[in-house]
Amino acid sequence: MMRTSFGERVTDWAVSGFLWGFRILIILIVVLGTFLTIRAGKYTSEQWIDFVVSGISQGSIYALIALGYTMVYGILRMINFAHGEIFMTGAFGGYFLATWLTGIGFMDKYPAIGFISAILFAMLISALIAMLVERIAYRPLRGAPRLVPLISAIGASFFLQYTFRGFFGPGVYAYPRIKALDGDWAIFGVEILKVKIIVIVAALLMMAILYYIVMFTKMGKAMRAVSENKDVAALMGIDVNRIIVTTFALGAAMAGAAGVLYSLIFRQVGFFMGFTPGIKAFTAAVLGGIGNIPGAMVGGLVLGILESVGPALFLESVGIDRPYQLKDAIAYIMLVMILLFRPSGILGERISKKA
Amino acid sequence: MNKRLFALLSVLVLASMVLAACGGAPAAATYECADALGCVKVAPDEPVHVAYWGVLSGADGSLGEDSKRGVEIAIEDLGGKFQGHDILLTTEDALCTPEGGATAATKLAADTSIVGLIGSSCSDETVGGVATLTNAGLTTISPSNTRPVLTDPARGPDYAGYLRTAHSDAFQGKAVAEFAYNVLKVTKAATIHDGSAYAQALQQVFADEFTAMGGTIVAQEAVAKDATDMGPVLTTVSAAGPEFVYFPVFVAAGGYIAAQIRDVAGLETVAIAGSDGIFTADFLKAGGANTEGMYLSSPDFGLFPGGYATFVEKHNAKYGGAPLSVFHAHAYDATNILFTALEKVAVVEADGTIYVPRQALRDAIYATKDFQGITGTLACSASGDCGAPVIAIYEIVNSDAAAWNPQDTANPNPKKIYP
Repeated sequence: MMRTSFGERVTDWAVSGFLWGFRILIILIVVLGTFLTIRAGKYTSEQWIDFVVSGISQGSIYALIALGYTMVYGILRMINFAHGEIFMTGAFGGYFLATWLTGIGFMDKYPAIGFISAILFAMLISALIAMLVERIAYRPLRGAPRLVPLISAIGASFFLQYTFRGFFGPGVYAYPRIKALDGDWAIFGVEILKVKIIVIVAALLMMAILYYIVMFTKMGKAMRAVSENKDVAALMGIDVNRIIVTTFALGAAMAGAAGVLYSLIFRQVGFFMGFTPGIKAFTAAVLGGIGNIPGAMVGGLVLGILESVGPALFLESVGIDRPYQLKDAIAYIMLVMILLFRPSGILGERISKKA
Repeated sequence: MNKRLFALLSVLVLASMVLAACGGAPAAATYECADALGCVKVAPDEPVHVAYWGVLSGADGSLGEDSKRGVEIAIEDLGGKFQGHDILLTTEDALCTPEGGATAATKLAADTSIVGLIGSSCSDETVGGVATLTNAGLTTISPSNTRPVLTDPARGPDYAGYLRTAHSDAFQGKAVAEFAYNVLKVTKAATIHDGSAYAQALQQVFADEFTAMGGTIVAQEAVAKDATDMGPVLTTVSAAGPEFVYFPVFVAAGGYIAAQIRDVAGLETVAIAGSDGIFTADFLKAGGANTEGMYLSSPDFGLFPGGYATFVEKHNAKYGGAPLSVFHAHAYDATNILFTALEKVAVVEADGTIYVPRQALRDAIYATKDFQGITGTLACSASGDCGAPVIAIYEIVNSDAAAWNPQDTANPNPKKIYP
């Protein structure tokens, strides 16, 4: 305390004053923009529902990917930056199976079986590749300082990207159209795209299954024990390596399923497709509180909805031109905002307990 | 000891003087470079080094690869030689971004053996890299940049080393506006761009021309270049009630817009159009079935002079398929303009050494006149415009990427429909 000079105190005041100003400014823009937009009445309520549904479907995909980040972080305290690429491998796996099934006419006859088998196949591919990555790139570095596996993860990410580029070229593939999913369903009198409903339902179902596995099975109990304390868990007779591999495989399976759902909506598969969703899902995991499974789900949905609704709701009416270019800015500003108010994320535990 | 050392040294000194005298005699007759930007010296056993820079990877890789093939065929047609020297072509991927353009330009500017350049592909790359090349005394001819201001008379000294054989979007945007207003008879149009130098300027030209004709622009939206979820922006566009949606963007964003636009209430049957940035089979792969019936503007291949047909034959035989995108012929012409100018200014010594005065080369390229190219008869203006713009509107008749062949005479896809 002796060293806290007057100048340093002034600097501290200036910084915290700036941060408060920032919080107030953002909240003002959001409130004012929302008010002006609703008063202007440019969009019909159907269009608002479209925005929200779009956001939930995108958000549930973010959530599925975010689960992998958060589970691996929970167990190893490491950011698996190759996770976005695991998502990409799943999308490719699903693409090849779906294209083949469409080609032989199976997809048109039994769309439900075709769709589910595409998801299962994608989950399998993703899980296998994630286990391989864990074995080759992370396990040998288990005892190393934290930055070492992080760098290794970035390397694995590049390796996967450019391997896929080498095999399948730099271009993109159009995902086959599942005819049964064309068109709308009327939900409470509102027409909503079938494919978005399917994606949301499938994603919620996957998350429920995962939550059940983690909370109510023996395996899940072991995972939570390893996450709490690896050494004690090992003393209790838990095979720590097996649990870690299972965690990677489960997280990757979620990402693989997300890959298929993502390509159902956006109908494109390419080697670089994992990068942006990967970063966004990581943001979602931090937003929800990294290491926390329900947090990843909430974070993903919040991020998706903000991105989708934000530009029309509070940017357009405050006079910002071409608001959709700022979609990513909204996502990251919201991240900063939430971390300013709750440094451990929406559902995160207090940092002090972990440290 | 000392004496011996002294003797040895004097012998060495004498020998080196004799050698210097012998070597000095031809040196006196050597070409003295007096060029304002210096000269590139190509020794008798060295190749003449030219470079191509443009996008060679990612979603828009076909755009740059297509132009690169034009350069390669042009060099092949020159016999792969210039004044008895082999022609060496190096390529640099500029990624279709300003940062990629800056990196590529810095790398190329550091190589003092480069005589001249062809490139870039995307206007963004030029915006990022042109100053570096110009200041290094280099000159580049772009076969593919279309942003109007790149050859504006007020473009500034950084662009002194920049010319293009591609059309300016002042022509392309106007052609699309005329087509929409006069042929489709629509009066309400919306545009979406991706913030790139190319798309932003092109949709603005379209909007200005369309408004001048009497139409109304009901929405001008923009997305990020890597955006995937187009639902929200298309809902905003739909709320404005357009009859015609124009998105002159690149392959990735264009594909996502095309794939999703029919799912948005109010846009199920609206007419949609794009431009030369997505005039490639890759766009059909990205956009899928919805691309059928979509309009694309592009140079009018049907109006290219006779040499173009021979070029396409050579191209298809060499690469086993139709051209990937639109600017192969412009790249072929750009390369020939460069070598024609080189022919005029290069100083060839008796032993085969070539000196290329850089400023003189630049001036000679700007002085290009009545050049019989395969895209038309070309002449370069003082602000770097060498192209002979002829724009047509094509319609995609089959969304199968394997059926892409706009150069085909019997069964073209896309098919020219205007003018």
